[in-house]
Amino acid sequence: MKSSVATPPYTLNHPRWYRKRVSTYWWLLRWEYLRFVLREISSVFVAWFVVLTIVQIYAVSRGPDAYAEFQDFLKNPFVLALNVISFFFVVFHSITWFNLSARAMAIRIGGKRVPGFLISGPNFAAWLVISALIAWLLLRE
Amino acid sequence: MADTIKLEISRYSPETDAAPHFQSFEVPFRRDWVVLDALNYIKDKQDGSLTYRWSCRMGICGSCGMLVNGEPKLTCATFLADYAPASIRVEPLRNFPIVRDLVIAMNDFMRKFQKMKPWLIRKEEKPVSEGEYLQTPEQLDAYKQFSMCINCMLCYAACPVYGLDPLFAGPAAIALAQRYNLDSRDQGAKDRFPVLSQHDAIWGCTFVGECTRVCPKHVDPAGAIQQYKLTAALDWVKSVVMPWGGK
Repeated sequence: MKSSVATPPYTLNHPRWYRKRVSTYWWLLRWEYLRFVLREISSVFVAWFVVLTIVQIYAVSRGPDAYAEFQDFLKNPFVLALNVISFFFVVFHSITWFNLSARAMAIRIGGKRVPGFLISGPNFAAWLVISALIAWLLLRE
Repeated sequence: MADTIKLEISRYSPETDAAPHFQSFEVPFRRDWVVLDALNYIKDKQDGSLTYRWSCRMGICGSCGMLVNGEPKLTCATFLADYAPASIRVEPLRNFPIVRDLVIAMNDFMRKFQKMKPWLIRKEEKPVSEGEYLQTPEQLDAYKQFSMCINCMLCYAACPVYGLDPLFAGPAAIALAQRYNLDSRDQGAKDRFPVLSQHDAIWGCTFVGECTRVCPKHVDPAGAIQQYKLTAALDWVKSVVMPWGGK
Protein backbone atom coordinates (compact mmCIF):
# COMPACT_ATOMS: atom_id res chain seq x y z
CA MET A 1 0.00 0.00 0.00
CA LYS A 2 1.28 3.39 -0.86
CA SER A 3 1.83 5.73 2.04
CA SER A 4 -0.31 8.83 1.95
CA VAL A 5 2.50 10.86 3.56
CA ALA A 6 4.54 12.58 0.89
CA THR A 7 8.28 12.00 1.00
CA PRO A 8 9.99 15.30 1.76
CA PRO A 9 11.75 16.69 -1.31
CA TYR A 10 15.05 16.91 0.55
CA THR A 11 17.50 14.56 2.17
CA LEU A 12 19.46 14.84 5.39
CA ASN A 13 22.66 15.44 3.44
CA HIS A 14 21.34 18.27 1.39
CA PRO A 15 24.24 19.35 -0.85
CA ARG A 16 23.36 23.02 -0.50
CA TRP A 17 23.27 23.20 3.26
CA TYR A 18 26.30 24.99 4.54
CA ARG A 19 28.12 23.12 7.29
CA LYS A 20 30.71 24.92 9.30
CA ARG A 21 33.52 22.89 10.82
CA VAL A 22 34.16 23.39 14.51
CA SER A 23 37.51 25.10 14.96
CA THR A 24 40.25 23.16 16.75
CA TYR A 25 40.54 26.19 19.00
CA TRP A 26 36.83 26.37 19.87
CA TRP A 27 37.72 26.34 23.58
CA LEU A 28 39.69 29.57 23.22
CA LEU A 29 36.86 31.48 21.58
CA ARG A 30 34.69 31.98 24.66
CA TRP A 31 35.64 32.48 28.30
CA GLU A 32 32.94 30.01 29.40
CA TYR A 33 34.46 27.29 27.21
CA LEU A 34 37.97 28.08 28.44
CA ARG A 35 36.80 27.91 32.04
CA PHE A 36 35.28 24.50 31.32
CA VAL A 37 38.49 23.21 29.72
CA LEU A 38 40.54 24.53 32.68
CA ARG A 39 38.15 22.73 35.03
CA GLU A 40 38.66 19.49 33.10
CA ILE A 41 42.45 19.94 32.99
CA SER A 42 42.46 20.53 36.75
CA SER A 43 41.92 16.79 37.22
CA VAL A 44 45.49 16.21 35.97
CA PHE A 45 46.80 18.36 38.83
CA VAL A 46 44.52 16.59 41.29
CA ALA A 47 46.06 13.32 40.10
CA TRP A 48 49.55 14.83 40.56
CA PHE A 49 48.76 15.71 44.19
CA VAL A 50 47.45 12.18 44.77
CA VAL A 51 50.68 10.68 43.40
CA LEU A 52 52.75 13.14 45.45
CA THR A 53 50.87 12.20 48.63
CA ILE A 54 51.38 8.48 48.01
CA VAL A 55 55.11 9.06 47.44
CA GLN A 56 55.22 11.16 50.62
CA ILE A 57 53.58 8.43 52.70
CA TYR A 58 55.98 5.89 51.18
CA ALA A 59 58.95 8.16 52.10
CA VAL A 60 57.69 8.51 55.68
CA SER A 61 57.40 4.73 55.97
CA ARG A 62 61.05 4.32 54.89
CA GLY A 63 62.43 6.47 57.71
CA PRO A 64 63.87 9.97 58.35
CA ASP A 65 66.60 9.79 55.67
CA ALA A 66 64.17 8.91 52.93
CA TYR A 67 61.83 11.66 54.11
CA ALA A 68 64.64 14.25 54.12
CA GLU A 69 65.42 13.20 50.56
CA PHE A 70 61.76 13.66 49.63
CA GLN A 71 61.79 17.13 51.21
CA ASP A 72 64.86 18.05 49.13
CA PHE A 73 62.93 16.94 46.05
CA LEU A 74 60.08 19.28 47.08
CA LYS A 75 62.52 22.20 47.42
CA ASN A 76 63.54 21.89 43.77
CA PRO A 77 62.33 25.16 42.12
CA PHE A 78 60.59 23.30 39.30
CA VAL A 79 58.71 21.05 41.72
CA LEU A 80 57.88 24.07 43.84
CA ALA A 81 56.52 25.96 40.83
CA LEU A 82 54.54 22.91 39.72
CA ASN A 83 53.06 22.52 43.19
CA VAL A 84 52.06 26.18 43.39
CA ILE A 85 50.27 25.88 40.02
CA SER A 86 48.76 22.56 41.11
CA PHE A 87 47.50 24.11 44.32
CA PHE A 88 45.54 26.78 42.44
CA PHE A 89 44.12 24.19 40.03
CA VAL A 90 43.06 21.92 42.91
CA VAL A 91 41.32 24.84 44.64
CA PHE A 92 39.63 25.75 41.32
CA HIS A 93 38.65 22.08 40.86
CA SER A 94 37.12 21.85 44.34
CA ILE A 95 35.19 25.10 44.12
CA THR A 96 33.77 24.43 40.65
CA TRP A 97 32.73 20.85 41.44
CA PHE A 98 31.23 21.69 44.82
CA ASN A 99 29.20 24.43 43.15
CA LEU A 100 28.02 21.95 40.50
CA SER A 101 27.03 19.29 43.05
CA ALA A 102 23.81 21.18 43.77
CA ARG A 103 22.80 20.91 40.12
CA ALA A 104 23.45 17.18 39.89
CA MET A 105 21.49 16.35 43.03
CA ALA A 106 17.80 17.17 43.07
CA ILE A 107 16.80 16.23 46.59
CA ARG A 108 13.18 16.72 47.54
CA ILE A 109 11.96 16.97 51.09
CA GLY A 110 8.23 17.34 51.69
CA GLY A 111 7.60 17.87 47.98
CA LYS A 112 9.97 20.87 47.81
CA ARG A 113 13.38 20.84 46.23
CA VAL A 114 16.19 21.45 48.70
CA PRO A 115 17.90 24.75 47.75
CA GLY A 116 21.34 24.48 46.13
CA PHE A 117 23.31 26.13 48.92
CA LEU A 118 22.17 23.43 51.34
CA ILE A 119 23.80 20.81 49.08
CA SER A 120 27.02 22.61 48.13
CA GLY A 121 27.29 24.27 51.58
CA PRO A 122 28.05 21.08 53.55
CA ASN A 123 30.66 20.16 50.92
CA PHE A 124 32.45 23.48 51.49
CA ALA A 125 32.04 23.16 55.27
CA ALA A 126 33.50 19.62 55.27
CA TRP A 127 36.38 20.86 53.09
CA LEU A 128 37.18 23.68 55.53
CA VAL A 129 36.88 21.48 58.64
CA ILE A 130 39.04 18.68 57.22
CA SER A 131 41.63 21.19 55.93
CA ALA A 132 41.74 22.89 59.36
CA LEU A 133 42.11 19.52 61.06
CA ILE A 134 45.02 18.52 58.81
CA ALA A 135 46.64 21.95 59.27
CA TRP A 136 46.34 21.56 63.05
CA LEU A 137 47.87 18.07 62.93
CA LEU A 138 50.81 19.25 60.81
CA LEU A 139 51.51 22.62 62.40
CA ARG A 140 51.17 21.86 66.13
CA GLU A 141 54.40 21.91 68.02
CA MET B 1 22.09 58.80 21.33
CA ALA B 2 22.32 57.90 17.65
CA ASP B 3 19.03 57.45 15.85
CA THR B 4 20.19 54.44 13.86
CA ILE B 5 22.05 51.24 14.70
CA LYS B 6 24.12 48.99 12.44
CA LEU B 7 23.36 45.30 12.12
CA GLU B 8 25.82 42.90 10.52
CA ILE B 9 23.80 39.97 9.31
CA SER B 10 25.10 36.65 8.10
CA ARG B 11 23.82 35.95 4.60
CA TYR B 12 23.98 32.68 2.74
CA SER B 13 22.28 31.89 -0.52
CA PRO B 14 22.57 28.19 -1.35
CA GLU B 15 22.14 29.01 -5.05
CA THR B 16 25.01 31.47 -5.36
CA ASP B 17 27.26 31.40 -2.28
CA ALA B 18 30.00 28.96 -1.36
CA ALA B 19 30.02 30.21 2.23
CA PRO B 20 28.12 32.71 4.39
CA HIS B 21 29.22 36.34 4.45
CA PHE B 22 28.18 39.40 6.44
CA GLN B 23 26.01 42.20 5.10
CA SER B 24 25.50 45.48 6.98
CA PHE B 25 22.17 47.23 7.45
CA GLU B 26 21.30 50.52 9.17
CA VAL B 27 18.00 50.42 11.00
CA PRO B 28 16.26 53.03 13.17
CA PHE B 29 17.32 52.73 16.78
CA ARG B 30 14.36 52.49 19.11
CA ARG B 31 14.52 51.76 22.79
CA ASP B 32 11.61 49.29 22.65
CA TRP B 33 12.92 47.36 19.64
CA VAL B 34 14.35 43.89 19.89
CA VAL B 35 16.70 42.34 17.31
CA LEU B 36 13.72 40.60 15.70
CA ASP B 37 12.01 43.98 15.17
CA ALA B 38 15.12 45.18 13.39
CA LEU B 39 15.15 42.05 11.17
CA ASN B 40 11.47 42.58 10.34
CA TYR B 41 12.23 46.23 9.50
CA ILE B 42 15.02 45.16 7.15
CA LYS B 43 12.79 42.58 5.46
CA ASP B 44 9.93 45.08 5.06
CA LYS B 45 11.90 48.17 3.98
CA GLN B 46 15.39 47.23 2.80
CA ASP B 47 15.82 43.66 1.59
CA GLY B 48 12.85 41.34 1.22
CA SER B 49 15.13 38.39 0.54
CA LEU B 50 16.44 38.26 4.11
CA THR B 51 15.38 34.85 5.45
CA TYR B 52 14.82 33.92 9.11
CA ARG B 53 12.32 32.09 11.27
CA TRP B 54 9.98 33.79 13.71
CA SER B 55 6.44 33.59 14.89
CA CYS B 56 5.11 34.65 18.28
CA ARG B 57 7.44 37.55 19.29
CA MET B 58 6.93 36.66 22.94
CA GLY B 59 9.37 33.91 23.85
CA ILE B 60 6.97 30.99 23.50
CA CYS B 61 7.25 29.59 19.97
CA GLY B 62 11.01 29.05 20.08
CA SER B 63 11.46 29.94 16.40
CA CYS B 64 13.65 33.04 16.47
CA GLY B 65 16.80 31.65 18.10
CA MET B 66 19.97 33.11 16.54
CA LEU B 67 23.47 34.08 17.54
CA VAL B 68 23.60 37.70 18.66
CA ASN B 69 27.23 38.76 18.93
CA GLY B 70 28.11 35.06 19.09
CA GLU B 71 25.74 34.31 21.96
CA PRO B 72 22.67 32.07 21.43
CA LYS B 73 19.62 34.28 22.04
CA LEU B 74 15.92 34.49 21.32
CA THR B 75 15.95 37.55 19.09
CA CYS B 76 12.45 38.50 20.28
CA ALA B 77 13.84 38.98 23.79
CA THR B 78 17.13 40.66 22.92
CA PHE B 79 16.90 44.45 22.98
CA LEU B 80 18.89 46.66 20.64
CA ALA B 81 19.37 49.07 23.55
CA ASP B 82 21.52 46.51 25.37
CA TYR B 83 24.09 46.70 22.55
CA ALA B 84 23.82 50.28 21.25
CA PRO B 85 25.66 52.27 20.11
CA ALA B 86 27.91 49.38 18.99
CA SER B 87 26.84 47.38 15.95
CA ILE B 88 25.18 43.98 16.39
CA ARG B 89 26.18 40.75 14.67
CA VAL B 90 23.38 38.33 13.87
CA GLU B 91 24.25 34.80 12.77
CA PRO B 92 22.36 31.51 12.45
CA LEU B 93 22.55 29.12 15.41
CA ARG B 94 25.90 27.39 15.75
CA ASN B 95 26.32 23.60 15.26
CA PHE B 96 23.50 23.27 12.71
CA PRO B 97 23.68 23.18 8.90
CA ILE B 98 22.62 26.51 7.39
CA VAL B 99 19.78 26.35 4.87
CA ARG B 100 19.65 30.04 3.97
CA ASP B 101 20.70 33.28 5.71
CA LEU B 102 19.62 32.81 9.35
CA VAL B 103 17.65 29.59 8.86
CA ILE B 104 19.17 26.34 10.09
CA ALA B 105 18.14 22.73 9.38
CA MET B 106 16.56 21.18 12.45
CA ASN B 107 15.97 17.65 11.13
CA ASP B 108 18.64 16.14 13.37
CA PHE B 109 17.17 17.84 16.42
CA MET B 110 13.65 16.57 15.66
CA ARG B 111 14.94 13.03 15.12
CA LYS B 112 16.66 13.09 18.50
CA PHE B 113 13.51 14.30 20.18
CA GLN B 114 11.55 11.38 18.76
CA LYS B 115 14.11 8.86 19.98
CA MET B 116 13.41 9.90 23.58
CA LYS B 117 9.77 8.71 23.37
CA PRO B 118 8.45 12.03 24.67
CA TRP B 119 4.93 10.95 25.53
CA LEU B 120 3.22 9.28 28.48
CA ILE B 121 3.95 5.56 28.33
CA ARG B 122 1.55 3.34 30.27
CA LYS B 123 1.86 -0.39 30.86
CA GLU B 124 -1.86 -0.52 30.38
CA GLU B 125 -3.97 2.39 29.20
CA LYS B 126 -7.05 2.85 31.30
CA PRO B 127 -10.29 3.37 29.39
CA VAL B 128 -11.36 6.94 28.77
CA SER B 129 -14.52 6.32 30.79
CA GLU B 130 -12.40 6.03 33.95
CA GLY B 131 -11.28 9.62 33.57
CA GLU B 132 -7.93 11.37 33.65
CA TYR B 133 -4.69 10.32 35.31
CA LEU B 134 -4.71 12.53 38.37
CA GLN B 135 -1.66 14.33 39.73
CA THR B 136 -0.98 16.37 42.86
CA PRO B 137 0.70 19.81 42.69
CA GLU B 138 3.82 18.22 44.24
CA GLN B 139 3.92 15.56 41.52
CA LEU B 140 3.55 18.26 38.89
CA ASP B 141 6.34 20.23 40.51
CA ALA B 142 8.72 17.27 40.17
CA TYR B 143 8.96 17.68 36.38
CA LYS B 144 7.42 21.08 35.65
CA GLN B 145 10.75 22.85 35.17
CA PHE B 146 11.75 20.41 32.40
CA SER B 147 8.38 20.84 30.69
CA MET B 148 9.00 24.56 30.13
CA CYS B 149 11.24 23.85 27.10
CA ILE B 150 10.13 25.64 23.92
CA ASN B 151 12.48 23.71 21.57
CA CYS B 152 14.35 26.87 20.58
CA MET B 153 17.64 24.94 20.20
CA LEU B 154 19.73 27.62 21.90
CA CYS B 155 21.16 24.88 24.14
CA TYR B 156 22.36 22.92 21.08
CA ALA B 157 24.04 26.05 19.74
CA ALA B 158 25.77 26.56 23.09
CA CYS B 159 26.88 22.94 23.54
CA PRO B 160 30.45 22.26 22.36
CA VAL B 161 29.88 18.51 22.73
CA TYR B 162 27.07 18.62 20.14
CA GLY B 163 29.30 20.70 17.86
CA LEU B 164 32.11 18.16 18.05
CA ASP B 165 29.96 15.02 18.07
CA PRO B 166 26.78 15.33 16.01
CA LEU B 167 25.61 11.94 17.34
CA PHE B 168 25.23 13.41 20.84
CA ALA B 169 21.54 13.43 21.81
CA GLY B 170 21.90 16.96 23.20
CA PRO B 171 20.59 18.94 26.16
CA ALA B 172 16.93 19.57 25.27
CA ALA B 173 16.22 15.98 24.18
CA ILE B 174 17.61 14.53 27.42
CA ALA B 175 15.77 17.12 29.53
CA LEU B 176 12.60 16.17 27.67
CA ALA B 177 13.15 12.46 28.46
CA GLN B 178 13.63 13.44 32.11
CA ARG B 179 10.42 15.48 31.94
CA TYR B 180 8.51 12.26 31.18
CA ASN B 181 10.58 10.03 33.49
CA LEU B 182 9.72 12.25 36.44
CA ASP B 183 6.03 12.49 35.55
CA SER B 184 3.97 10.44 38.02
CA ARG B 185 1.59 9.41 35.23
CA ASP B 186 4.39 7.91 33.13
CA GLN B 187 5.61 4.32 33.38
CA GLY B 188 8.13 4.41 30.54
CA ALA B 189 11.41 5.10 32.38
CA LYS B 190 12.60 1.56 31.57
CA ASP B 191 11.84 2.06 27.88
CA ARG B 192 13.88 5.27 27.82
CA PHE B 193 16.78 3.87 29.81
CA PRO B 194 18.52 2.11 26.87
CA VAL B 195 18.29 5.31 24.80
CA LEU B 196 19.51 7.58 27.60
CA SER B 197 22.24 5.49 29.18
CA GLN B 198 24.49 5.66 26.12
CA HIS B 199 27.77 7.27 25.29
CA ASP B 200 26.01 9.47 22.76
CA ALA B 201 23.35 10.43 25.32
CA ILE B 202 23.99 11.22 29.01
CA TRP B 203 27.56 9.90 29.17
CA GLY B 204 28.59 12.11 26.26
CA CYS B 205 27.84 15.19 28.36
CA THR B 206 30.91 16.65 30.05
CA PHE B 207 28.87 19.16 32.09
CA VAL B 208 30.03 22.32 30.36
CA GLY B 209 26.83 23.86 31.69
CA GLU B 210 26.44 26.33 28.80
CA CYS B 211 23.05 24.85 27.84
CA THR B 212 21.62 25.91 31.19
CA ARG B 213 23.20 29.35 31.02
CA VAL B 214 21.67 30.21 27.62
CA CYS B 215 18.25 28.61 28.24
CA PRO B 216 15.62 31.37 28.04
CA LYS B 217 13.07 29.29 29.99
CA HIS B 218 15.34 28.21 32.89
CA VAL B 219 14.88 24.53 32.08
CA ASP B 220 18.38 23.59 33.34
CA PRO B 221 19.11 20.79 30.85
CA ALA B 222 22.60 20.33 32.35
CA GLY B 223 20.99 19.60 35.70
CA ALA B 224 18.60 17.12 34.06
CA ILE B 225 21.50 15.24 32.48
CA GLN B 226 23.58 15.06 35.69
CA GLN B 227 20.53 13.95 37.66
CA TYR B 228 19.93 11.17 35.16
CA LYS B 229 23.62 10.16 35.36
CA LEU B 230 23.07 9.69 39.09
CA THR B 231 19.93 7.61 38.42
CA ALA B 232 21.75 5.47 35.84
CA ALA B 233 24.79 4.99 38.10
CA LEU B 234 22.61 3.95 41.05
CA ASP B 235 20.75 1.58 38.74
CA TRP B 236 24.06 0.01 37.75
CA VAL B 237 25.16 -0.33 41.40
CA LYS B 238 21.84 -1.99 42.21
CA SER B 239 22.26 -4.44 39.35
CA VAL B 240 25.75 -5.38 40.64
CA VAL B 241 24.79 -5.63 44.32
CA MET B 242 21.50 -7.36 43.69
CA PRO B 243 21.77 -9.17 40.36
CA TRP B 244 18.69 -11.21 41.28
CA GLY B 245 16.63 -8.07 42.05
CA GLY B 246 13.71 -7.43 39.74
CA LYS B 247 14.60 -4.44 37.59
